[in-house]
Amino acid sequence: MGMLVNLRDWIDARFPMTKMWDEHLAKYYAPKNFNFWYFFGSLALMVLVIQIISGIFLTMNYKPDATQAFASVEYIMRDVDWGWLIRYIHSTGASAFFIVVYLHMFRGLLYGSYRGPRELIWLFGMMIFLALMAEAFFGYLLPWGQMSYWGAQVIISLFGAIPVIGDDLSLWIRGDYVISDVTLNRFFALHVIAVPLVLIALVVMHILALHEVGSNNPDGVEIKKHKDENGIPLDGIPFHPYYSVKDIVGVVVFLMFFSIVIFFVPEGGGYFLEKPNFEPANPLKTPEHIAPVWYFTPYYAMLRAVTIDIGPFTAKFLGVVVMGGAVVILFFLPWLDKSPAKSIRYRGPIYKTMLTLFVIAFAVLGWLGTQAPTDTKTMMAQIGTVVYFAFFLGMPIYSRIDKTKPVPDRVTG
Amino acid sequence: MKKQLLAILLLVSPALVLASGGGVHLDKAQIDPANKESLQRGARTFVNYCLSCHSAKYQRYNRLARDLGMSETDVLENLMFTGEKIGDTMDIALSAKDAKKYFGAAPPDLTLVARVRGVDWLYTYLRTFYLDDSRPFGVNNLVFDKVGMPHVLWELQGWQKPVYETETDSQGHEHKKIVELELVEQGSQTPAEYDRTVRDLVNFLAYMAEPIKLERQALGIKVLLFLFVLFIITYLLKKEYWKDIH
Repeated sequence: MGMLVNLRDWIDARFPMTKMWDEHLAKYYAPKNFNFWYFFGSLALMVLVIQIISGIFLTMNYKPDATQAFASVEYIMRDVDWGWLIRYIHSTGASAFFIVVYLHMFRGLLYGSYRGPRELIWLFGMMIFLALMAEAFFGYLLPWGQMSYWGAQVIISLFGAIPVIGDDLSLWIRGDYVISDVTLNRFFALHVIAVPLVLIALVVMHILALHEVGSNNPDGVEIKKHKDENGIPLDGIPFHPYYSVKDIVGVVVFLMFFSIVIFFVPEGGGYFLEKPNFEPANPLKTPEHIAPVWYFTPYYAMLRAVTIDIGPFTAKFLGVVVMGGAVVILFFLPWLDKSPAKSIRYRGPIYKTMLTLFVIAFAVLGWLGTQAPTDTKTMMAQIGTVVYFAFFLGMPIYSRIDKTKPVPDRVTG
Repeated sequence: MKKQLLAILLLVSPALVLASGGGVHLDKAQIDPANKESLQRGARTFVNYCLSCHSAKYQRYNRLARDLGMSETDVLENLMFTGEKIGDTMDIALSAKDAKKYFGAAPPDLTLVARVRGVDWLYTYLRTFYLDDSRPFGVNNLVFDKVGMPHVLWELQGWQKPVYETETDSQGHEHKKIVELELVEQGSQTPAEYDRTVRDLVNFLAYMAEPIKLERQALGIKVLLFLFVLFIITYLLKKEYWKDIH
């Protein structure tokens, strides 16, 4: 024991080990009233680690080469010891990442976690969301299946819709006139090193910013307003051991769901691994129906919802603008919300209604994005898009006039 | 809690909606992936009838021997005819270029076909070839219109002719619609025997598309049991720590 203490002191004299442990875990005071929705932050972190580790093992056998990529994935599935498990962990992890992140973001909407003084946490989080979408997009090309190829083809062609620079831009992204070995190689580089580095850096900043201002909670009140004589928030408890032991329970429950998918439905009903992707990429054969993976479909539906040209702008370009706008508008959320209450618990009926409509619109748009368009479905997508934007654009008005309940001084449990 | 569950359901609902299929009715394949005899019969049909034009280039012979409960000698004697080695994959000599010349389109590799098409589609497809003089090989197919493949199993099934019914649509146009297929020349197997042959073949194709499937499910049960025990322990640990937080 004495030796370990000496070692600790030796390190602490040279590196802030104990200081960091205290700051971020043992003496980081989190509100004691976290509920179910507060599991998803730590779960997102864990899925990131799962993806990085399983990804490292996949790169040991994967070949980023248009003539070998598809076969190397099958080699992993068949000939590499436990390769099938590593691959299913990684493919399921991609969808799990988005499920967990969407729920984590929804928590922010429920309790106003993006409101001051946590605007930067939200902005870093949104950048993580962007990086995650890029990461998923680049990664999806790598198995070099039909949907990998044609999905990437559709998305890259969107850049072609931008006036003047569009064609050159998409050429620059592909590095070729069609999606080819060149594209595959650069997407591999971006997927395995460039974007993950950005992602990790952003996650660190997200957590540092959080630990600087402290966590929000389901009541949306600041626990730092009421401290005891030692400067510890009265409603705060140290993250470790309280939330570390609690989050472990969340991790185990998550792993149960995760394992059910991996071991019993790894294709996720054709949503996690799409059927046409078991066919090698064929540049001469367009699949009947190209749908992006489910986590992109709400945005894809909004893209397709725009069907009219306005002046010099084509419907396709305007669709791209709407789709981009749907993501960008999320960044402005902290400044759109004017409500005196942060948490849904003390908000009025208008916000509750708008949030419900928003969630329904998002889910319906997600479903529509998987479907081939028909007149009715396009109209539904248009309504969904309007609701999606109305939630944000109307917020400065409706959050101000909404009838809120008085916000308590301390957390209520 | 109810509200939370509802919210989660709403958020994940796109993933829960099942993909809608095409218009043609598919018969249920009802395969049994644990039935090794069925898989062995399917493998034999596959090697005899499919493997000269179609490859299965990700499937190794020795893996097949192990998974289907056959000895390597069995496989060498019964399933391998062209001098491959036991560790080879089930590839074919026919080049894609020649195949395209002969058939108009190169026959696809079949290793993963069951994951692309689904077993019910395959089961229906292999049983619904019918005589059609307008096609180069004299046959068409109910689930794969204008199919390029000849009916290679005809000597087992025989030949079927379509029975048409005339339908009038809402605009008053008349359409001829196939209502059923009628056996006009019996093959070497009865219809029931042929259905079994196809079921075995589809079972084998499904095995080949994911050889690890049975092992994966068996392991999954152990993993879930472990996680369940771990859940109880971690939950009690959490309760113990939290008992003085009010």
